[in-house]
Amino acid sequence: MLADLLNVIRRDLTIAFRHWSELVNPLVFFIIVATLFPLALSPDIAQLRDVGMGVLWVAALLSSILGLDGLFRSDTDDGSMEQLVLSPIPLSITVLGKTIAHWLVSGVPLVAVSPLVAMAFYLPMAAWDTLIIALLLATPTLSMLGAIGAALTVTLKRGGSILGLLILPLTGPVLIFGARATDLAAQGESPAGPLYLLAALAALAVSLGPLASAAALRVGLE
Amino acid sequence: MWRTLTLFFHQLASPPHFYRWSGLFAPWFAAVALVLITIGLYGGLLLAPPDYQQGEAFRIIYVHVPSAYLSMLSYVLMATAAAVGFIWRIKLAHAVAVSTAPIGASFTFLALVTGALWGKPMWGTYWQWGDARLVSELVLLFLFLGYMALHAAFEEQERGDRMSAVLAVVGVVNVPIIHYSVVWWATLHQGPSITENAISGAMLWPLLVMIAGYTFCFGWLLLLQLRSEVLEREAGARWTQRVLEASP
Amino acid sequence: MEGEGSLLSVADLELWRGQRCLFTELTFGLAPGQVAVVTGANGAGKTSLLRVLAGLSVARAGDVRWRDQPVNKLIPPQRAEVLYLGHLDGLKRELTVVENLNLFRRLWGIVEPVETVLEPLGLDGLAGRAVRTLSAGQRRRAALARLGLSQADLWILDEPFTNLDEEGRALVEGWLRRHLRAGRLAVVATHHQLRLGGAGQLRVEL
Repeated sequence: MLADLLNVIRRDLTIAFRHWSELVNPLVFFIIVATLFPLALSPDIAQLRDVGMGVLWVAALLSSILGLDGLFRSDTDDGSMEQLVLSPIPLSITVLGKTIAHWLVSGVPLVAVSPLVAMAFYLPMAAWDTLIIALLLATPTLSMLGAIGAALTVTLKRGGSILGLLILPLTGPVLIFGARATDLAAQGESPAGPLYLLAALAALAVSLGPLASAAALRVGLE
Repeated sequence: MWRTLTLFFHQLASPPHFYRWSGLFAPWFAAVALVLITIGLYGGLLLAPPDYQQGEAFRIIYVHVPSAYLSMLSYVLMATAAAVGFIWRIKLAHAVAVSTAPIGASFTFLALVTGALWGKPMWGTYWQWGDARLVSELVLLFLFLGYMALHAAFEEQERGDRMSAVLAVVGVVNVPIIHYSVVWWATLHQGPSITENAISGAMLWPLLVMIAGYTFCFGWLLLLQLRSEVLEREAGARWTQRVLEASP
Repeated sequence: MEGEGSLLSVADLELWRGQRCLFTELTFGLAPGQVAVVTGANGAGKTSLLRVLAGLSVARAGDVRWRDQPVNKLIPPQRAEVLYLGHLDGLKRELTVVENLNLFRRLWGIVEPVETVLEPLGLDGLAGRAVRTLSAGQRRRAALARLGLSQADLWILDEPFTNLDEEGRALVEGWLRRHLRAGRLAVVATHHQLRLGGAGQLRVEL
């Protein structure tokens, strides 16, 4: 089972690295959204520091969810999905592998540049480590949720616009616990509580999410 | 025993059968709902004493609470019907799920509007982010809208039914998580919330009657919606043609 | 019609596309060494039937079983016994021919190396080229190379000869003959007359 999972991850990573340009899109999206906020507010340091953490979380969330739109589309269009569904590997394992691969090439870079955005909003450096841990726990949940949306809309031509409508309302808890953890850290308090809750959400999403995505993908092929 | 039971349900769930018995039941639902809501409104608006803190404004709970209750009941019913339809491929179950969505969304909307109207005299603003129940209702409205949008996006009805069924089940797993995280968040920020006092008997009984009345009203609306949904889905079938010819 | 010893059995199948009924009461059984040739006009439901047989979609009514198991409920090891090749090639455009076939081998747990099929297909010169740079016919050959590698007991092939030249077609028919001689089964939807020597052919007219 683990070997199958690794096979799928390796497959998708190979494909992903063949077009570099698409890899950076979610990352650039994340940075641009974060950049727009100061323009809409003001360059005032105190104000930006107040809203910074929230902006960072919302931008990360939007970029993780909306970037997943095409996760299953190319496989469905070229017939690979039929082969994957009928192969001896359980479909939920395939879905899990594909989502993990996507997370590795989009979620992890996003986490890596997040201190940069935090810096731009004058957030205290003491909160950076918590920010990274919280994002590392939150982005897998977001990817799993986004994968469900991508699977539900895989046969629709204009999947992207409806994907946000379906999945964004479900991301509330991740946003609440993630922002809370970084907030506590910024105030010098222990962020352990919300971090545990984020981890619990991630465990739930990783175990149940692929089942839902797999069910939707099967319906898409029917 | 089990076989007879499943056979019974299958027959009950066959569209022409359903159409016949729902036609008999629907008016009774409407009548019971009308009687209960009349009694409830009389009791709530005229007999119940004004609240010692909130004065007359509290009376909006006789609409707000039943709507909020039905909004959640609708979502659970929708998800259950969708799951049944998905697993056992029962067409009528999908029709129930699809028909419940707009009614559930309407009750959710009503709960939000009445909540906002209630909030104005209490908080001085129509909307308070600190009230976890209202924020949860808003998310619930989004979930209903997402379900309806997804179902409408598919041209093939069967695929739309099954895809949106997956979404409904994902949603119903998430609803408690969303609700409790919002409650947790709201208590952190110490937002003002409408405090619930222990409700006295004279205030309570009209509320219970209203909840029952609203539930019957919901049942009536659902049957009406479901009947037209079933007719539309079975447009090609012979029994539908007979029904349409018989009605003027 | 359904004989003893059928590995694949189809009973009272009824298929609809939207509001239109494609066919009802389709019943047949397929024994080892037999091939079912599915024919019918465009839109008669050949592809739909094959997708049901492969377990990709579900019929309105009726029953399709592989070794007495409903095809859409096969557990993973049993799924390796059925190979479906549809209209779509199922190749990743970004990957090379060899990479694509290696993916297939890993998914199905096939040990035979890719090289054994490339040469007869005339693909050995193209092995390292990305699929995106191949012509439609070359792509089809690369997709059908799976048949040369496959150990599956049941092949379900939807118009396998599309885009293939005479030579490619003869090669695929050769693999099919070998497959049937080994006591395996196939369902093929095609407009072409299949040249399969003495293999038992079952005609399924839609």
